[in-house]
Amino acid sequence: MPNIIVDGQTIEAKDGANLLEVLLNEGINVPYFCWHPAMGSIGACRQCAVVGYANEDDTRGRIMMSCMTPVSEGARFSVNADNAESFRESVVENLMLNHPHDCPVCEEGGECHLQDMTVMVGHRDRQYEGLKTTYRNQYLGPFIGHEMNRCITCYRCVRYYKDYAGGDDLSAFGSRDRVFFGRAESGVLENEFAGNLIEVCPTGVFTDKTFSKHYTRKWDLQTAPTVCQSCSLGCNTYTSERYGEVRRVHNRYNHEVNGYFLCDRGRFGAGHVNSANRIPQAGIRNSDGRYDPVDLETALSAVSDLMSSSDGLIGIGSPRASLEANEALIQLVGEENYCNGMTDNECEMHQVILDVLASDLITPAMAEVEDYDAIIIVGEDITNHAPRLALSIRQSIRQRAGELAESSGIALWHDAAVRELAQAEKSPLTLLTPMADRLDDVATHSIRLAPNEIINKTIEITNAVNDATPSSAREIAQTLIEAKKPLIVSGTSLNSPNILKATTNLAIAVAQHNPETGIFLCAHESNSVGASLLGSDRSGEALLATKPNTAIVLENDIYSRFAEGALESIDHLVVLTPLDDSTASQADVVLPAGSFAEAEGTFINSEGRSQRSMVVFKPKGDIAPSYQLLTRLAGHAKQASTLRSELAARHEALQPITSIAPNEQFRIAGSKVARMTHRSSGRTAMSADISVREKRQPEDQESALAFTMEGNQQQAPAALRTYSWSPGWNSNQSIHKFQDEVGGPDRSAVDKRPLFEQTRRLTPYDISVESEFDPGQIVILQQHIFGSDPSSNEAEEIASLIPQPYVRMNSTTASSLALTHRGGAKCRDIEMMVLVDDDVAEGCLIYPSIPATTALAGVASTDFTAIEGWIAPSEAVKASLITTDGAR
Amino acid sequence: MSDRPLTKNIVDHEGPTGIARYEARGGYSAVRDTIGKLDPNAVLDIIKDSNLRGRGGAGFPTGMKWSFVPKPDGKGHRYLVANADEMEPGTFKDRLLMELDPHQLIEGMILSAYTLSADVGYIFIRGEYHVAISRLNEAIAQAEKAGYLGDQVSGSKFSFKLHVHVSAGRYICGEETALLNSLEGKRATPRTKPPFPQVSGLWGRPTIVNNVETLCNITHIITYGAEWFRQLGRGSDGGTKLFGASGRVKHPGCWELPMGTPIREILEGCAGGMADGYELKGFLPGGASTDFLIAEHLDIPMEYETIMQAGSRMGTGTMIILDDRACPVGMIANLEKFFARESCGFCTPCREGLPWVQQVLDKIEVGNGSDSDLGILEKQASFIGAIGNTHCAHAPGAMEPLTSGLKYFRDDFINHITSKSCPYSTNQSAKRGVS
Repeated sequence: MPNIIVDGQTIEAKDGANLLEVLLNEGINVPYFCWHPAMGSIGACRQCAVVGYANEDDTRGRIMMSCMTPVSEGARFSVNADNAESFRESVVENLMLNHPHDCPVCEEGGECHLQDMTVMVGHRDRQYEGLKTTYRNQYLGPFIGHEMNRCITCYRCVRYYKDYAGGDDLSAFGSRDRVFFGRAESGVLENEFAGNLIEVCPTGVFTDKTFSKHYTRKWDLQTAPTVCQSCSLGCNTYTSERYGEVRRVHNRYNHEVNGYFLCDRGRFGAGHVNSANRIPQAGIRNSDGRYDPVDLETALSAVSDLMSSSDGLIGIGSPRASLEANEALIQLVGEENYCNGMTDNECEMHQVILDVLASDLITPAMAEVEDYDAIIIVGEDITNHAPRLALSIRQSIRQRAGELAESSGIALWHDAAVRELAQAEKSPLTLLTPMADRLDDVATHSIRLAPNEIINKTIEITNAVNDATPSSAREIAQTLIEAKKPLIVSGTSLNSPNILKATTNLAIAVAQHNPETGIFLCAHESNSVGASLLGSDRSGEALLATKPNTAIVLENDIYSRFAEGALESIDHLVVLTPLDDSTASQADVVLPAGSFAEAEGTFINSEGRSQRSMVVFKPKGDIAPSYQLLTRLAGHAKQASTLRSELAARHEALQPITSIAPNEQFRIAGSKVARMTHRSSGRTAMSADISVREKRQPEDQESALAFTMEGNQQQAPAALRTYSWSPGWNSNQSIHKFQDEVGGPDRSAVDKRPLFEQTRRLTPYDISVESEFDPGQIVILQQHIFGSDPSSNEAEEIASLIPQPYVRMNSTTASSLALTHRGGAKCRDIEMMVLVDDDVAEGCLIYPSIPATTALAGVASTDFTAIEGWIAPSEAVKASLITTDGAR
Repeated sequence: MSDRPLTKNIVDHEGPTGIARYEARGGYSAVRDTIGKLDPNAVLDIIKDSNLRGRGGAGFPTGMKWSFVPKPDGKGHRYLVANADEMEPGTFKDRLLMELDPHQLIEGMILSAYTLSADVGYIFIRGEYHVAISRLNEAIAQAEKAGYLGDQVSGSKFSFKLHVHVSAGRYICGEETALLNSLEGKRATPRTKPPFPQVSGLWGRPTIVNNVETLCNITHIITYGAEWFRQLGRGSDGGTKLFGASGRVKHPGCWELPMGTPIREILEGCAGGMADGYELKGFLPGGASTDFLIAEHLDIPMEYETIMQAGSRMGTGTMIILDDRACPVGMIANLEKFFARESCGFCTPCREGLPWVQQVLDKIEVGNGSDSDLGILEKQASFIGAIGNTHCAHAPGAMEPLTSGLKYFRDDFINHITSKSCPYSTNQSAKRGVS
């Protein structure tokens, strides 16, 4: 580690870091725009200038960009030199020539990196008298607003969108002081990670439209740390509320999970909390079959009556509900009468995932996936099913670029130079999927196979690991065994336990060559792994086979999940749900469950990491967290922390969940952690139209967070921190003040004890393919990032991007079924467009997993029949065309 | 042995030199005698020994530039690129060489590629040079047919494919790394150095970019030797150079003269002195992006070091003359308008700073200037003008005529501000300056 001298002080610099990183690590405030901790340096904005000196005798030095300057032993710099300061001030002065100074009406205001940097350099007086450049803005879709006049041309957006996220429909156009960042023409941004532009942009060019729609000042938001519920990866988010509505979700940095970025489903899908489909209060079905709204006490006593009079009571838990809620249900109905709410097939798949997590095979954290230099993805549509992981895989293919850079002596942070050197060189990435995949553009081998062939191919590759006979399977096996760190990825999107088993067998074989081998299996829902730990030994079907007549269902749409026949014996149904769904409409009693923003909970993600999601705001009326409703039914309400302790007492393995975040007793210097910012200015105004007396804020008995602006914030550990802020750093860039080194882990201690011992040696599974798929009759449910998650589908903006029903197949399959491209097909009264696409594996029919197609569960390919003279509704054409391109 | 090797084939009324005439005058004999016969390292030593310096503007020693190219690794192409994107205002020397003796450039590129073990070459040429483009394409076809280009050049194991790439037209493409990005189909934004193109150039491979005139010299150096080349110069720099003059001189033009020829000989000898009725007020010695010099500098020899000592740069060696009836403020405003327009938009000082400078100059020129404007110009010039403050040399180059103009013609600026008008404005055509 070289020692450098900055303004007379000796600093120990991190090896291989650039000077800007070293200075920020040291807590020295240096302004910057184009540099980003996840994207490295390009030297465009010139904002991070310092003075560098040739030697001890050099007193003048010269201006250099700290982000582009490597550090070496004895190097001398000054941040505070007059010429450095005046240069940095000039940069802001020049950047501001064309900036509209519209802070009072700008969505970024209060959280604006440009504001922060302007204050930091001390630029105040304007000398410029000319006109400002103006632009026409574009429609970029339902998520992202565009206000180009605010642009300071730092190039972060295109670097993120094109280079990092692999998008191709956002570019820099034009030159000189008229560079335009946008699309070739107005239209929905196609990349699934476009929402990060909002946070990547240092000012208000790309803004959150869902937030702007009911805009509030950012310092007036009430915020809590939450865990995203829209897939199994458990990205860390901040969810913010005002006036009892969720206003926005943004990224909560977790070095090991999501880093600086989220997917658009996670960022824009929380609108379901405010949905008109929310169950606002308890309801009891009357003799007409309609629901009478009742107060909670009445509803709870009705449930108690049903329970005591039942002839066989079961509790159906949920892989979408927290461990606490599932535990409360177990305590209410007894372990023998509880199931985790998953189907036979789901239980079998997730048992494989549990086996792997408990085994000595390495499951990397999502962020660590970026370090693997050869990857095979077996039958999993990562981008649509576990989206954020696709962004990490996209970075992993740059391992090859890193090797080339190293051999050419180019620092990895020198982003442009590394990309110019590596060009199209990439690490091996093999895809075995039934149809075109969003990762095809970075894959070295994209192979289209029907699910049964995927299993066979995986077996072939597994055999080829130890058999050097040349073959296509051996070629793929070789990419894995020759890698420094191979990674095998699969998941549950094709609903096939055998795919997961075959994948695991492959990992076992490769791991025998290389103990660094990793395996990442994507579970299906936000708490699938947690629910499996609570009871994967008995599926829903198995419990229902005991013919119970009363069921209490926890946050689980069982009428969509299970075949209707399985539910026949149920006469009395009690449903706890935040949203109206097909199960709620069958219930005798519906209880209004709190959404993720209104209920604390612990969730276990695909990698076996348990994480705590906190309450953002006190729900309206009788809405309450499910665990509270269930424990009240059991006699007396329990706190979430009590349920966790009781759960951990029964399941030794779950002990770590009690310590991943401090419980409600936690205080910092006697204070709780404030959910509101210390600058919250709107609180007293919120009810001023009714009374000028400020209402007493609700108390939070459940957690160490408080519904006020009073309390500590800065010293809170990451699991409780409610927003990222540091003096002079109001934007999300303040996160580096909580890191020991930029881009590194959060400084605050968190319990990292793994849930799984990871010691058990796995023996390969026996696989029988024939039993699972009937060749020629393969109907595949295609996951859609927008459309396949029932909660986020309730968000208006997500709903607008759900594709229309379609059925997709290759030309051979189409002609055997007499279906034609762009013609109509019908199946169980659902009409849909036929898309003939030769990038679909032979014999497969693919239809989307969206609300409009739930009735298609279990169909055979011969059930699809052509509709003569069908004319596509124009909307269907639009959505289907987009799908044809593999984009939204 | 000619004392003007670069233009010896260019004879009035003869038209472009075709392959037959080129060969008849000794052309391609260097290719035949060198390729496969001389060790490339030995050729490199000759070039180093000749002390040839780049003719594109920066004057970097060519042999040294070439010596940074790593040894062939057998892993892909290595490139040689001729920078024919001659967009420096007032400069038209490469055009002459390409239009009238295209084979000279091609032969120079073949020999250079052989020295560098490059197998693919590009001539990156500005789109307006359509005559040169068609003549180069024709000449390449002739050379291919004659076996000087393509697989197994002159029966050796060395192969060299040469392509003409027509630029879409940006001044910044003359910057060698912006040129490479443009050639790759990307935005013409300069790259950061290091890494240098020799290590990571076109498509990440070792690449040398040289100016057309530089490459044209290679054949003659190899044919006649380093010693001969060095002695061609009148001072410390070797060889000849195409010098030019434009503006209100009697005979504007372009001439091949020994390095170190005094400016007065070029201006008063070749160009015939100032046109009748015009006095010399100043001149840009090497194109628009060089500092003004004035009459007291006329006896300085045109050499890299001497011009540098006088406070300017030799640049492309083609002078733009400012006469006493043209407004210096108007001329500088016009130049800055060009530089602001041609900024690639990558780094802040250049992208935002140049248009501001241009606006202030325009304001002063039309008589709306105020006392604080000179302060803004000076502050901006020091903000933009130092190498290292900006991403590439575009903006510092753009500031050279401004800072030197403020030094030599300060009274003119002040007169504009105090009289609230342009003192030269009776002569509108002169006011537009020389372009």
